[in-house]
Amino acid sequence: MVGPALAASPAGGVALENANPLIYRRQGERPVTAREEDDELPDAIDDREIFDLIRSINDPEHPLTLEELNVVEQVRVKVNDAESTVSVEFTPTIPHCSMATLIGLSIKVKLIRSLPERFKVDVHITPGTHTSEHAVNKQLADKERVAAALENAHLLEVVNQCLSGRP
Amino acid sequence: MKDSLTLLSRIPAHPDSRCWFLAWNPTGTLLASCGGDRSIRIWGKEGDAWVCKSVLGEGHQRTIRKVAWSPCGNYLASASFDATTCIWKKNQEDFECVATLEGHENEVKSVAWAPSGNLLATCSRDKSVWVWEVDEEDEYECMSVLNSHTQDVKHVVWHPNQELLASASYDDTVKLYREEEDDWVCFTTLEGHESTVWSLTFDQSGERLASCSDDKTVRIWHQYQPGNEQGIVCSGTDPTWKCVCTLSGFHTRTIYDVAWCHLTGALATACGDDAVRVFEEQPLSDPQQPTFTLTAHMARAHTQDVNCVAWNPKEPGLLASCSDDGEMAFWKYQRPEAY
Repeated sequence: MVGPALAASPAGGVALENANPLIYRRQGERPVTAREEDDELPDAIDDREIFDLIRSINDPEHPLTLEELNVVEQVRVKVNDAESTVSVEFTPTIPHCSMATLIGLSIKVKLIRSLPERFKVDVHITPGTHTSEHAVNKQLADKERVAAALENAHLLEVVNQCLSGRP
Repeated sequence: MKDSLTLLSRIPAHPDSRCWFLAWNPTGTLLASCGGDRSIRIWGKEGDAWVCKSVLGEGHQRTIRKVAWSPCGNYLASASFDATTCIWKKNQEDFECVATLEGHENEVKSVAWAPSGNLLATCSRDKSVWVWEVDEEDEYECMSVLNSHTQDVKHVVWHPNQELLASASYDDTVKLYREEEDDWVCFTTLEGHESTVWSLTFDQSGERLASCSDDKTVRIWHQYQPGNEQGIVCSGTDPTWKCVCTLSGFHTRTIYDVAWCHLTGALATACGDDAVRVFEEQPLSDPQQPTFTLTAHMARAHTQDVNCVAWNPKEPGLLASCSDDGEMAFWKYQRPEAY
């Protein structure tokens, strides 16, 4: 896809762009409701369920999750199960973060892999939080470029590292 | 409007993958499909059923984005994310890869044959459009590399009867090219779309061009020759293309394809909201300010994004569509009676 930002290796000897990010407290586990325990009743996919899918994605630069860096928050997740739409806004830790497209791509790939295929997944930068907001949003919305990016073995490996559980 | 589009059949053309594009051969007897599974399938009708006649499996290393038949129907060109374009020659039932066109730096997004069959155009994420000359020995030589776009070029299409080429891009514009002293030049840029232009289609006369976009609109552009009665200004001997109609408010997500039927004049769209729609020009509308009416809307034509719509070139009203769900569908379109 995507410009040099995604071609660059996130790990390695390069100086971190944001060496001392603020770290936020993680949310607790989702409480299970009585309705959910009843197997007879259908459960719609809700905001918290989407948030649970993306909160543990690893940041490409730090040994921290997107939740711990406040890049993703439950209030910025909107799901409409009846209309099969999911919208996620994410907030880069700094306005010129070169990893923004990679982070957005990781969120998008995680949701596409996890959700039923009927869902339309839109991933955007939280308005006003990145200098290249429009360009990053346009790339993430272009499914042809996303498809081509995911056929790039190196880039796919980087995305999979972001999506893998912590060692 | 409800009964104007009827499903004839639905086929898992590229199972467990995406079906990106469909192309009818010039006689309308064969349909080529391509997809994320790196294969091309050739479909033909046996009785009432569409059956797979051949699978062109070897040839590309990555997704095959588009395919195009030569005007004689004996060759098929395929554009792939592997940065190459393959030329397949039809021998009876089989297809043989006779040339691989290299040169683009990365994904080739589209390929199209000129109406003469002597020229081929390709475009790529590398922002360029290439015009290739075809000789009688199946040799392909690049005549021109056009670097007019500032971003990813999504689609190329030739005028139906002139050597005039159009391209659509991620830079939100459409560009038109013509030959000038053994080279090709961009003579005009059509601006107006507010996001990526995904596809283009000329009408049967070639006087109109429709473009579809990520901005959820279709725009109709009309050609005005120098000295036209309407007084539209042209520069030199080049025609001016002016937007005479914008179809907005109909589509709810990106429009990936638009196709003008050269037999009936109906205009079909393929949309990311899973729907197939058909529009027709109102019979008495002013050609300088035409009004188009939505005459068919199949809301859940597919279970995922619709990527392509293709009218059969010989059978009026026969429409094929394909989707991210890997399926293709055949539809019968009938203009509503009240229309």
